[in-house]
This record gives sequence, structure tokens and C-alpha cells, in this order.
Amino acid sequence: MSEPNERRLLSPEEYLAAQNSAEFVELKRRFRRFAFPMTVAFLVWYLLFVLLSTYAHDFMSTDVIGTINVGLIFGLLQFVSTFAITHLYVSHANRNTDPIADEMRNRLEHHEFARGDGTGTTEGASRA
Amino acid sequence: MPELLAAEGSIGEPAINISIFGVFVLITLVITFRASRNNKSAADYYAAGRNISPTQNGLAIAGDYLSAASFLGIAGAIAVYGYDGFLYSIGFLVAWLVALLLVAELMRNTARFTMADVLAFRMRQAPVRMAAAISTLVVSLFYLLAQMAGAGGLVTLLLGVSGDAAQAVVVTIVGALMIFYVLVGGMRGTTYVQVIKASLLIIGAFVMTVWVLGKYGFNLSSLLGGAQDNARAGVNVLAPGAQYGATGTSKLDFVSLGLALVLGTAGLPHVLMRFYTVPTAKDARRSVVWAIWLIGIFYLFSLVIGYGAGALVGADRILKAPGAVNAAAPLLAFELGGTALLGIISGVAFATILAVVAGLTITASASFAHDVYASVIKKGNVPPNGEVRVARVTAVVIGALSIALGILALQAGINIAFLVALAFAIAASANLPTILYTLFWRRFTTQGALWSIYGGLIACVGLIIFSPVVSGAPKNPTTGVSPSLFQNVDFHWFPLNNPGLVSIPLSFFLGWLGTKLSKEQPDELKSAELEVRAFTGIGAEKAVQH
Repeated sequence: MSEPNERRLLSPEEYLAAQNSAEFVELKRRFRRFAFPMTVAFLVWYLLFVLLSTYAHDFMSTDVIGTINVGLIFGLLQFVSTFAITHLYVSHANRNTDPIADEMRNRLEHHEFARGDGTGTTEGASRA
Repeated sequence: MPELLAAEGSIGEPAINISIFGVFVLITLVITFRASRNNKSAADYYAAGRNISPTQNGLAIAGDYLSAASFLGIAGAIAVYGYDGFLYSIGFLVAWLVALLLVAELMRNTARFTMADVLAFRMRQAPVRMAAAISTLVVSLFYLLAQMAGAGGLVTLLLGVSGDAAQAVVVTIVGALMIFYVLVGGMRGTTYVQVIKASLLIIGAFVMTVWVLGKYGFNLSSLLGGAQDNARAGVNVLAPGAQYGATGTSKLDFVSLGLALVLGTAGLPHVLMRFYTVPTAKDARRSVVWAIWLIGIFYLFSLVIGYGAGALVGADRILKAPGAVNAAAPLLAFELGGTALLGIISGVAFATILAVVAGLTITASASFAHDVYASVIKKGNVPPNGEVRVARVTAVVIGALSIALGILALQAGINIAFLVALAFAIAASANLPTILYTLFWRRFTTQGALWSIYGGLIACVGLIIFSPVVSGAPKNPTTGVSPSLFQNVDFHWFPLNNPGLVSIPLSFFLGWLGTKLSKEQPDELKSAELEVRAFTGIGAEKAVQH
């Protein structure tokens, strides 16, 4: 198995330089800016649904259209929000994080962070 | 129909059910053999050479995730308890957002074969690997047990086999087939089995959904009305609370279950391992997107199937059938399309169990061979292919173990859905906090990881042991039997059936506390390597070229 050798292609100092580079900080910021608030949002929305279903029976049992009640509509909205967040995340990643990640990976493969000259450039970030 | 039920304890024509299942087994065996030709390296065996396409992997994830508990259990719960059953499927679905947003891509970029690859990356290797492997094995074994016990329960209903011995034979056959798929086909063979199974399952559910809706003029409201008309006396299947609304404790229990479901998925080792079978992190993302759509649409189908079974079969008849709640979907299939549709749905249900157990077995055996044997015992000094040989032997041992435990669980009458929910609770308690801390908290240390994994694992399993699930649940007044595992003893002191509400926050807290109290400094260089690799994909394992 030759994989372990390939994985050691980069020196620890290169990784450190890459981690401290402006474009990596920007990549992480863009990732977190979307993923963290969105995770909080869908968890709160889900827990709200669970708590309402558990402790607000009367409200959730209110009929809206025929026999379809508030609880069922909220439940179906959980499906809608899950599909929507999936779509939003994919377009966020394609537009905002993938270009920087691809660019950085390319430069790392060419050892451009080896001599610490990678820290100043933010081509990927500005291009994205 | 009622005569058949009374005469044999089964429905439909067992011969047809068996032959449809047989055709599935035959086709998948041929495919597994063909897939095995490309199995050369460890990456082939564990990760299908990492060249599964995102679409295939999305289907395989759905195939892995939509277990018998999902298919039969959720439809049945909706048929009998209505709204409270629907909540399960929402938890199972929303959970995928945790995997998509926080876990899938970063894990794909940094792991080789197992969850422990990532968790141990910047820690002291041996102890963290060992902890992650133990929790992988515990979660997988609980999940396996549930599937094997489910297989035995199904046969009574579908194949007309009853009696402990006959059920044990069926569990053994399922186990033997699973071992064969895993040994011969490796991850690639397992993947193909799951792809086929997921396609069949979703097509079958689609047909039943359209059929049911057609009977009600494609009007959801009148279908729900029909379900309410045939519900058990005094039960409102359209409102929340039919299953969990009785007391303050059962309400809290439901919140606890909801938490375990939504946080469990992203910590399930067999789900994580599927991310490693695609060429890049972007493909891992695409496959999760496929999986979310397939799983979401399937759960929408199961809402219609569940209420359809409630309306067309009736809750009372479902509960009296062998297999009780789990019989709702097969009974509905028989009601709609007679023996033919029942045969197809039964075949799909068996295929489901087979595919899921194969995925679990390969995950558990990979974790033992890669983490425990190669990394901890042999410290990385293993001959070429030595690791895969150990993985194959482990697969046989795990297969045999799960056959034995499955037979025991079946005869003890352990509830399948409970075992699956327990596996989710353990995954959410023992695995997820450490995964998130490792990926997003630079200062996280070895001690924090160990406290979180072992603390979450022990708290979760310990609380289960002292819960009403194991002893002391009140007896059902009509049957005189307690739903607990042990009758006539009572050593429970923890009131909830699902421990997630306590054990998940505890594990997050222990991970934080262990890190704050540890004397060692986090390894800055390894930490930088992990982070840069996770976010950029540099140095990620490549697909194998054949």
C-alpha cells in the first residue's frame, strides 16, 4: 500500500503556513458563516416542532383544510425546509467555498506554501 | 383473507413471497461475483475503490438507511398511532442536514477507511482509535441485532413459517447470505446490493402510494378521514399524543427520542463509511443531496402508506396480525394488489434487511481490522493484504455473533424499533460530540475525546440498563405481559426509555471538561494538517484506477 507516502507529500510547516494564510481564514469564515447559523436554525425549528407536538396538542390539532391540521402542515413544512436548506447549502458551497478550496488545493499540490510565500496572496478569495 | 390469517398465521402465498426473494438473492449474488473481480487492495475492499458515482452512492445511502424499521416500522406506527409515527420520519430526515452541513465532506477529505481515522488523527493514536473502534462496534452490533430480530419476525407473517426453530433457521440463512456478500463482494458488492434494494423499495412504495391516493380521489384530506374512521376507539390518529402523550414522563421520553434521532445519523459509523466510497468530497456532498431527496420522498410515501393501511386495513386488524405494527405495510399490499403485490413488498422487505446487515457487517469488520488489529495491536506493521484478511475473518465472526444474538433477541421478543433508536442514541452520545469537536475545535485534546466517547457510551448504555426498557415497565392489563426485557424483576430507576436527553448533553460536556482539565497541549502541527486537509481536500485519498 503506497497511500501513506502520498499523504506525507506536504511538510507540517506547509500545512501550518496554509492554515495561517489569509485565503484559508476566508475559506473557513465563509464555511462557518453559512453552516453554523443554518445548523442552529434547523435544529431550533425541528425542536420547536417536537415541543409543540408534545406540549401543544390543541394548537397542533386545529384543522386547517378538511382533516389536515396545523401539526401535519408543520410536519410537511419540515420536509420543505430540509429540501430547501439542502439546495441553499449546495449553491453556497459551489459559489462561495469551492473556488477557494480548489484554488488552495491546486497551490498546495505545487508546494506554493512551502516557503511561506503563500500567505500574502488571496487570488482564490478575490476571484470567487 | 381472515381465514388465511387464522389458518396459517401468514398472509398471501408463501411460495410466491419466497420465490420473489429468491430472484433478488440470485441477481445480487451474480452482481456481487462480478464486483469481486475488482477487489484487490484494502481501498477496494473497504471503500469500493472510492469510485462509486454520487448517484449510486446516494441510492446506496438510502438503501443503508431505510432499514426494515424505517419501512415497516414507520408505516406501522403511522397506521396505528398516526401523527406520533410521522414524527419518527421527520427526525430521521432532518438528521441528514447535520451530516450534509457539518460532517460528510470534511470526513471524506480526512479519513481513509473508518471513523477512527479522523478522530485519532491529531490525538494520541492508540487510545483514541481503540475508543472509536469500541463505540463503532457497539453501535453496529445494536443496529445489526435489530435487523436480525426483524428478519425473524417478518417470516412468521410473510413466509408462513412459525415456531422458534423455523425462525432461527431464517435468521441463520439471512446471516449466512450477508456474510457471503461481504466476504466476496466487499464494499463494492455491498454497495450494489444496496442500490438495487433502494430502487426496488422506492418504486414499490411509489406504486402503493399512488394506489392508495387513487382510492381516495387523490385527496389527502379524505384519506386522513378514512384513517380516523378506522382507528382504534378513543384514539385520534390525526392529532399528536396517541403514543407518547399520556403522561409527563412519556412526553419527556418523546423529546428525548427526537433529540437522539436528529443527532444520531451523523454519528452512525456505517453511514460515515459510505462517504469514503466516492472519489472526492464534492461527490460526497452530491451523494448526500441524492440521499436526502430519496429518503425524504420515501418518508412522504410512507406517510400515505401508513394512513392508507390505517384506513383500508384498520388498526385493529393490524394489531391482531402476527408481527403486529410491523405488519401494516404488507397487509396493505395484500389488500391492494393481492398475493402478487404482497410478494413483491415482502421480497423488498427481506432485501432491505439483507442489504442493511451487509453494510453494518463491513463497517464493523473494517473498524476491527483497520483500527484495532492493524493500528493498535500491530502498530501499523501488517503485511500487504493482512488487514483485509483479518477484516474478512472478522466479518465471519461478527456475522456468526449477530446470528446468535439475533436468535436470542427474537426469542426474548425485544422490540426492533427500540434497538434501532438505541443505536441512534449511542451514536449521538458517543460519536457525534467527538466528531464535531475534532473538526471544529482546535484546542480539543486526547483526554477530551476519551471522556466524551467513553462517557457518552457508558452513560447511554448504563441508563438503558436501568430504564423501563430492561425492567419494571407496568404490565399490559390485557395481556399481563410487561414490555420490559425481563419480566417480574424491577431494578429500574431511570424513568425514560430513551436516554438521549441526558447522555448527549453529558457527552458534549465531558468532551469540553476533559479538554479544559487536560495537561497536554493539542498538537498544533497535526491540527493544522487536519484542518487544511478537511477544508481543501489536499492529500485526500484518491479513487483507485482499474
